[in-house]
Amino acid sequence: MFGYLLKRLIQMTLVLWVVSVIVFMMMSFTGDPVFMIVPIDATEAEIAQARRILGLDQSLLVQYWKFLGSLLQGDFGQSYVFRQPAMTLILERMPATVELVLVAMVFAIAVAIPLGVYAGANPQSRMSRLIMSGSLLGISLPGFWVGMVLIYLFSVHWGIFPSSGRGDTAEVMGLRFSVLTWDGWTHIILPAVTLSLGTMAIILRITRAGMMEVGRQDFMKFARAKGATKNDVLYKHGLKNALIPVITIFGLQIGDLIAFATITETIFSWPGMGKLLIDSIYRADRPVIVVYLMLVALIFVVINFLVDVIYTLIDPRIRLK
Amino acid sequence: MASFFASEFFHNYKRSSSAIIGSALMISFAFAVLVGPFLVAQNPYDIASLNLMDSYKPPMWLPGGEAQFPLGTDGQGRDVWASILYGARISLFIGVVAMVASCFIGTVLGLIAGFYGGIVDSVIMRIADIQLSFPSILIALFLMSAVGTGVDKVLIALTAVGWVVYARTVRGSTLSEIEKEYVQAARVAGLPNHKIIRKHVLPNVLTPLIVIATIQVGTFVLIEASLSFLGVGVPITQPSLGLLIKNGFDVLFSGLWWTSVFPGVAIMMLVFGINLFGDFLRDELNPRLK
Repeated sequence: MFGYLLKRLIQMTLVLWVVSVIVFMMMSFTGDPVFMIVPIDATEAEIAQARRILGLDQSLLVQYWKFLGSLLQGDFGQSYVFRQPAMTLILERMPATVELVLVAMVFAIAVAIPLGVYAGANPQSRMSRLIMSGSLLGISLPGFWVGMVLIYLFSVHWGIFPSSGRGDTAEVMGLRFSVLTWDGWTHIILPAVTLSLGTMAIILRITRAGMMEVGRQDFMKFARAKGATKNDVLYKHGLKNALIPVITIFGLQIGDLIAFATITETIFSWPGMGKLLIDSIYRADRPVIVVYLMLVALIFVVINFLVDVIYTLIDPRIRLK
Repeated sequence: MASFFASEFFHNYKRSSSAIIGSALMISFAFAVLVGPFLVAQNPYDIASLNLMDSYKPPMWLPGGEAQFPLGTDGQGRDVWASILYGARISLFIGVVAMVASCFIGTVLGLIAGFYGGIVDSVIMRIADIQLSFPSILIALFLMSAVGTGVDKVLIALTAVGWVVYARTVRGSTLSEIEKEYVQAARVAGLPNHKIIRKHVLPNVLTPLIVIATIQVGTFVLIEASLSFLGVGVPITQPSLGLLIKNGFDVLFSGLWWTSVFPGVAIMMLVFGINLFGDFLRDELNPRLK
């Protein structure tokens, strides 16, 4: 176990290093950040001066070395636009994104698991076919378009829910949450539904496939034979064993949700880090983009690691090597 | 041809309503893309054919709508139906070309990795692993933010994202194929490696790619639409369906829903058709399910 953890830690560090190289290279080969800093009428000397201050007059290798050094010291530079540390900017907006992603995840699971279990247990019924076509439609829909249609129907047309922002938030341990206030709920419901659709469809399909696989096995027949109720057979015996692929997908889906949150946040003006990323891309605010990417890379690497560990906890047949 | 109609594949196809609906949607889109511009009177990119007096006309079945503009018009008096026909061209072109490029690059790398093994294999597969741990949309978004907008750049970003699945699949099947006797026979016969790969291994690793390639076109159409919606995809002069939605979004709050809703319906129908047909293909081509 310890050997495994060490190996994974080295792997994770390696992945993050590769990401840092790629991010650095892409950032260096595209555009010149000097022109983000200097005024439009700057003289040659002023531009050279700014370049020296940013360290852009040195060779790429030296620049990368400095870049890596400051990354390791937790210094991600100042946002060109906000003139604040880029890390602070992202961290301020992260709770909003996390909240949105978690609520979307809960929506997705609450709908997908029961429907997936039903469709897997009754594959031939008309209802199951309807569920499956619906889930395929869920994968085929552009998420941003769904968000727009929801805004049109619920905000513009019927005026039930607001179309932008987080609404009132309540503070718990220094973090602000929308889900703790009624107004906050009315704000989060549309973006969370929008974000959850794709994940919902995927979890549903995996659950169904898992249930169909499990349904053929002897222990299910045995559970039925010993007289367990239908729900007990499905949920206690079936679902528990069908869950393993769901967990893997679940981990991957959190990553997808964080990625798609950039789009959802942009549509609903949700003040999270995804919207900040898109805004920073428009403004070529390099330090913020770099921090976002490195942070998200870290999150993904950790999630992948946790999924592997959780695997062994659920299924003792799988051993970590 | 006669043998195709008598085949098991065609028999199953006739019995699967989702396969028929899926392929019907795909064929109608292919048709719309090929001849669509000849079906509409207006060329939405020819400024001379636009009339500002026609701007923001609702769809024809609503009060104020005109039969000339069945799905209404946008702010420049552009027929939404014509914009969709032209936009679908760009969306589908990007999806198909990026798929072909990904498939080509991924297959070549997968063959090399699987056939030669060793350090080449490790390097290619580690890159693939790292890439797969990040969502495609985020990688594409990042690449686009670095290289700027344009159809060619969208193609590059999508290909950079898309090659991985082919490389993995092809490598896997190559590893199992090169163990088989016919490849060993080819080696014994003294054929050069590149010939063994092309003539013997390649034809036997292609089948699983058909499903991946089909579904990937749909995925690419969606990713391209998302990129364009965020303003880092195609330029305004070549509006894909995603960019049409973005332009429509700006006026959505004034209640002008048709300029953004209909292009979205078009994307949905296209991708839904591709996925329906792709699902059918997957079941048909997977021998384990038979």
